[in-house]
Amino acid sequence: MDLLQSLTGLLLVMFIWGHMFFESSILLGKDAMLWVTRMFEGEHIFGKPYPLLVSAVVAVIFVLIALHAILALRKFPANYRQYHSFHRHMGAMRHTDTTLWYVQVITGFAMFFLAGTHLFVVLVQPDNIGPYASSDRVWTGRFWILYALLLVSVHLHAGIGIYRLAMKWWPLKAETAPRVRERLKVAMWCVIGFFLILGSASLLTYMKIGYDHADRAGERYVPAAASAIETGK
Amino acid sequence: MSDIPVTQLGRTLHLQILRHNPRDPDSEPRLQTFEVEEADAMTLFIALSEIREKQDPSLQFDFVCRAGICGSCGMIINGRPGLACRTLTRDLPDHITLAPLPAFELIGDLSVDTGKWMRGMSEHLETWVHSQGLEQADIDSLEESMEPELAEQLYELERCIECGCCVAACGTAQMREDFSGAVGLNQITRFQLDPRDERSDADFYQLVGNDAGVFGCMTLLGCEDMCPKDLPLATQIAFLRRRMVAVR
Repeated sequence: MDLLQSLTGLLLVMFIWGHMFFESSILLGKDAMLWVTRMFEGEHIFGKPYPLLVSAVVAVIFVLIALHAILALRKFPANYRQYHSFHRHMGAMRHTDTTLWYVQVITGFAMFFLAGTHLFVVLVQPDNIGPYASSDRVWTGRFWILYALLLVSVHLHAGIGIYRLAMKWWPLKAETAPRVRERLKVAMWCVIGFFLILGSASLLTYMKIGYDHADRAGERYVPAAASAIETGK
Repeated sequence: MSDIPVTQLGRTLHLQILRHNPRDPDSEPRLQTFEVEEADAMTLFIALSEIREKQDPSLQFDFVCRAGICGSCGMIINGRPGLACRTLTRDLPDHITLAPLPAFELIGDLSVDTGKWMRGMSEHLETWVHSQGLEQADIDSLEESMEPELAEQLYELERCIECGCCVAACGTAQMREDFSGAVGLNQITRFQLDPRDERSDADFYQLVGNDAGVFGCMTLLGCEDMCPKDLPLATQIAFLRRRMVAVR
């Protein structure tokens, strides 16, 4: 079960890091984001978009998260006595790695609701992704609140999780382990910082597009090239 | 060592000590403050001895070797476990709070029965060499030789003094009384490496392949960071985890 928890965690981290690069394609422009959206809908292979493909991926991620959460739950404090003991211990020790685990618990608990909501929306509305569709959801739909909280939770959880995975399984030599651990911890904070900056920049971009597009919310984006043909420019 | 703050002598140390005698029905746990004049190269053990000698002979704490070898003087020092005899007061602030190690049976004040816990763990995990015909072995004859590197490796793990600091530093052990702790898992890796022990990984799996054993470890790493002997506990537990996962 420990291995399965670690493997599902690893897959989810790989997914979320990939997700961040793809969704931040909005920073390169609306056309770039639409191209990525269409790619995941299979348009570049099948000739036309199939949003259900997105739903299928979401369903797999949903199962992975559920499995990871169930396996992780067995490590959570099971009753008030355990919770109290751990809390008192953590407060007295002021030990980074012990506190990091608690951050995992809190962010994991938060994501149970935040990621669940995000996944459900994408699962049932896979066709509602695109430069305007996503921006309207973020701004007009007020989803930026959820995404901001999810952004912080997911990247803390993923970054700390990868560091902890390395410490759990990586065959380090006893002599070099402390130095490697120190470097891994620095790398962990760098990675968390990078994805928080990348995620914040793209979220702000979606918010800006959504704000400008608020009076025409619901209207879909037409690629620049197609728009030029339509207007005869 | 350069990050250890060196403070001037002449300080008055305020030692706030958790006092309680569980055998006295009238005893209530309370914090009692003692004042001690700091001396050069003073350890917490010396400060406590001075208190017991000059201020309160009823103060209970354990010690034997005074050199970080016996593991008797483990206690919680300002929230973290450590050995009183290895802790210099100059590395601590003026106000020092001392409490007994949690997870162990309290004898009184700062004295806990780590021996009872360690014996229970040892019996549960069978931390001794298992070999056929060992009872009939001639103890006067020379033992079979061992590769020096392997002997060094075993010796490194044998340096554990069973002080209980790793158990007190472990969040899992605070929550789950049946958890073997780094001390137990370290001993299992020690016997797993020992060629004289005939047990297979499957046998060890029966002992630690569960949530009370290696799979209960949440990799909080308090054990390694607080070990007064600087044992590579995290790498040992990771090694054992990989071995146990490979057992079908």
